[in-house]
Amino acid sequence: MSAVAAPRASALIFVAALLQTAIVSSLVLAGGAPDLLLVVVVCLGLLRGSVPGAIFGFAGGLVVDLLTLDTLGVTSLVLTLAGFCAGRYGETTGRGSRLAPLVAVGVITVLAGLFGFTLHYLLGEAVVARDALFTALAPALVMNLVLAYPVHALVRAAVGERTTLEPSAEVEVVV
Amino acid sequence: MPRNRARSAALGVTVRRVPTTQHPRTTRAVRRRLVVGSLVLLALVLITLSFRPGSDGPLTGFQSAGSTALRPFAVGLERVAQPFRDAYDWVDSLLGARSDAEELRAEVRELRQRAIQNEFAGQENAYLRRLLRYLDGPRFPDDFDAVAAEVIGRPAGAFTQAIVIAAGSREGVRVNDPVVTADGLVGLVTRVSSHTARIQLLTDQEAAVSAVDVRTGAPGIVRHARGTRETLVLDRVRKLEVIEVGDEVVTAGWRASGFSSLYPKGILIGEVTSVGQTDTDLYQQVQVDPYVDFGSLDAVLVLVPAGRSR
Repeated sequence: MSAVAAPRASALIFVAALLQTAIVSSLVLAGGAPDLLLVVVVCLGLLRGSVPGAIFGFAGGLVVDLLTLDTLGVTSLVLTLAGFCAGRYGETTGRGSRLAPLVAVGVITVLAGLFGFTLHYLLGEAVVARDALFTALAPALVMNLVLAYPVHALVRAAVGERTTLEPSAEVEVVV
Repeated sequence: MPRNRARSAALGVTVRRVPTTQHPRTTRAVRRRLVVGSLVLLALVLITLSFRPGSDGPLTGFQSAGSTALRPFAVGLERVAQPFRDAYDWVDSLLGARSDAEELRAEVRELRQRAIQNEFAGQENAYLRRLLRYLDGPRFPDDFDAVAAEVIGRPAGAFTQAIVIAAGSREGVRVNDPVVTADGLVGLVTRVSSHTARIQLLTDQEAAVSAVDVRTGAPGIVRHARGTRETLVLDRVRKLEVIEVGDEVVTAGWRASGFSSLYPKGILIGEVTSVGQTDTDLYQQVQVDPYVDFGSLDAVLVLVPAGRSR
């Protein structure tokens, strides 16, 4: 990651984490709220790759856990994996696809939701499955999908897109 | 190029892997896995340390310091966001106001209904307690057992002064059994089926009970007062008897020549509310206000002779 993109991405993640905890999480519609930070992390992963996606996901999660005084590491773990998966998708099958932001945000929202609820359940925090999976997750998915393209465009404008592509397996063709 | 030549050239292609050296792709993959693995491990360590019981865990200080450092940002953003949040809440409350109002109206209806039911249950409870006290008290007539029964039918109109109770021949109720409450005499059983019975109220035109004034012992017959709905008169009281307003009237319970009154002696009927007489009339005109409120009977006691087989 370039010397310009890294600070910008850090600032972006920091602002997104603040916005998520201060404003976005309270915009509850039909029982669920959008997850701006998750969408930003996914878009960062898509545009900059799996390693930056994982690193910024971890950092964003840590900020959220510090701000909310939640169990440290839970959000970091979820967002690390979210950023990494988005990055791998962007590096492989999603490369160059116009639908990539939508697909990545949709799939990762559902997976992150399920993983987050499982983590909370394992940690002994009461999670009512019906509320968690239907009441909260479905509206959050819709709102995240709505945010996908605008946030993707914003992140692209802020940090740019990685131009050096990972080379494929090389073969020598002898005729 | 001739077509056949091109095909043979393509089929003749041999593909050979580039000699294996430390490829940049492999390095990247290793680096990637290392970074992600480290981050996941770090997150798990954080969760483990953070989740340890006790307020002074190893990460408490770090979390506290981090939270303190981030607090100014959070507060600043909170202040900036507050007007927008208020606007959002206002719009949201407007959107939800109609459904909220409908829900609240339904809730009010339900609570009102429940309050009424509770009120009725309370009244019924007090009524039944009084019946029980009467049953165990000294005023309950000897030689009688009581069959408690719920009132399940009320007077159908102004001309019918009868009720239906949920007890019948199976419970030992027979025709002409007297019916009472803790307040006093209610009436007489006039019809019986296996599980229900019809009670002729004291306020019926055809009801008549031999009674006495408790203070003077003056005998008479309690009947329904014509032209009224729930007022009684003590008829056939001789003019020489000195009846006063406020006197209590109870059943006489006479017994003579092998015959006896249908009602046991001493059951409260009512209180004298007016006394009058005319020169032409042979008897006094004594008006009696019944103790029993015939309009709000919930349960009654049917007096059955002790030892009657059911």
